Amino acid sequence: MANSSTRFSARLLIERSVATLIIGLVFFWLAINLVKSPSQFFQSSIIGISNGVLYALIALGYTLVYGIIELINFAHGDLFMLGGLFAATFITVWFKQETPSNTGYAVFFLCLIAAMGFCATINVGIERFAYRRLRKAPKLAPLITAVGVSFIIQFIGIRWNGSGPKTWNSVLPSGEFTISSVHIPYTTVISFLVTIPLLIFMTFIVAKTRRGKAMRATAQDADAARLMGINVNKTISFTFALGGALAGAAGLLFQQTRGLTNYNLGYQLGLIAFTSAVLGGIGNLSGAVLGAILIGLIQGLNDGLPIGLGQQWSQTVVFTILILLMVFKPTGLLGKPMVEKV
Amino acid sequence: MLKIENLEVTYGNIKAIKGISLEVNQGEIVTLIGSNGAGKSTTLRTISGILKPKSGSITFNGERIEGVEGHEIVAKGICQSPEGRRIFPKMTVDENLDLGAFLRNDKAEIKRDRQRVLELFPKLQERIDQKAGTMSGGEQQMLAVGRALMGSPKLLLLDEPSMGLAPVLVEMIFETIKKINDQGTTILLVEQNALAALNVADRAYVLESGSIKMSGKARDLISNDEVTKAYLGG
Repeated sequence: MANSSTRFSARLLIERSVATLIIGLVFFWLAINLVKSPSQFFQSSIIGISNGVLYALIALGYTLVYGIIELINFAHGDLFMLGGLFAATFITVWFKQETPSNTGYAVFFLCLIAAMGFCATINVGIERFAYRRLRKAPKLAPLITAVGVSFIIQFIGIRWNGSGPKTWNSVLPSGEFTISSVHIPYTTVISFLVTIPLLIFMTFIVAKTRRGKAMRATAQDADAARLMGINVNKTISFTFALGGALAGAAGLLFQQTRGLTNYNLGYQLGLIAFTSAVLGGIGNLSGAVLGAILIGLIQGLNDGLPIGLGQQWSQTVVFTILILLMVFKPTGLLGKPMVEKV
Repeated sequence: MLKIENLEVTYGNIKAIKGISLEVNQGEIVTLIGSNGAGKSTTLRTISGILKPKSGSITFNGERIEGVEGHEIVAKGICQSPEGRRIFPKMTVDENLDLGAFLRNDKAEIKRDRQRVLELFPKLQERIDQKAGTMSGGEQQMLAVGRALMGSPKLLLLDEPSMGLAPVLVEMIFETIKKINDQGTTILLVEQNALAALNVADRAYVLESGSIKMSGKARDLISNDEVTKAYLGG
């Protein structure tokens, strides 16, 4: 008994010191870069965080759905891609806006609402027709269905957008302003202006409203929620609508700030966003935002700092960090292991 | 008030309830006793709309309610404190009680009912801002019953309210059940603790592997030899 407990604490000690060592090295790396070139450091941070908030919009969709029905909705990234295609069609094809102007801004705002509605509707439809019937089936059945839905959406993307990338002109201003040699593009500011109110609004819905309360109750115990008079199906639909709307907003932002659409973008960004959700602790909303901003920041710093591994190692760095974190804290940054009391 | 006729419930191919009939009248405490796996909880879960019956009927105040969705059953005035408490562990006691009144809009009445629940269970007042999952089993049980009362039920379904509690708490829970009934709520009580249940109930049904074996006035069943032998440890 005593033997096993000392062995246990020795292991704990090794784990702790390795973790501390890794964190120490990361801070050391950041510090030398900061000293060497402060302007590049802040520049990379801003790029990183602005990517991070975009990831956060998508990551929330993964974490919301996982929180309520314990399904990794693999089709979610592709929904984001559809949001981008919708935005391009809406702004450039239907409203013929290709340059910044007052009409352009109005159409952008209109498109934000339309894209959120569009993706929310599709996400609700996916849940209604593909996932709902499988709710009581073994977990693998809805999971593989989600992979199937992901392919279906990607092929819709190919029909809509063609098999290669397409570039678009943006209605957002392309200039930038400078604060002591750190360049901040206007598009970054607009990304923040759209994303942050959305994140605050989302938090408000989940924490304060009746619907939000029903969501949290259903997430913890669906049958008990039913016994409170909560319409569980409606609550799950609402959750998919919320996640879909955020993916729609992310699709528009990506399409307008990068001027790019491609059928496989959902796969790439979806994977990053899903990683963010896991890093933050899947099912935890603030965790998803924190994880997304961290990943954006890590990518930004790695790609932009004078002493770094550079862009071609970007994914490697992100997933190495994820793996290390999972080893030391499997529940993610803010996830807590649930202790069941009977 | 509640009338069940020839109710049959199955899990796949297994018959859990084999055509039972029972009745609960306005103002009564009726208890459903029986051993583990007799089908007591299944019966309550079917009344609450969590399970769909294979056949038979459930009538509540003259209205057929079998197969109706769970949340609509609550709207009709049937609330349940389920087996194993099933409180929302990550929410505070306060939020749990609020959820009990999820379908109600009458603010003044809700406030009055909350007052009444906190008077019945003063412990909950002390723990009002605590996360429900961190409370003891007994406190969680009080919360589960209190939460069901927040729905202002015409019929209260209680599933094993004494399970896993210390004897002194069991006594307290049964006294409270009596009090709730005196305040005008009709109760259908499912219990393994047959003696305690028979002591508070007006009438009782004995359930054995999915069928009703006996029924009658609670005080008659207490003195019945067969019941004594099988369920009261005599």
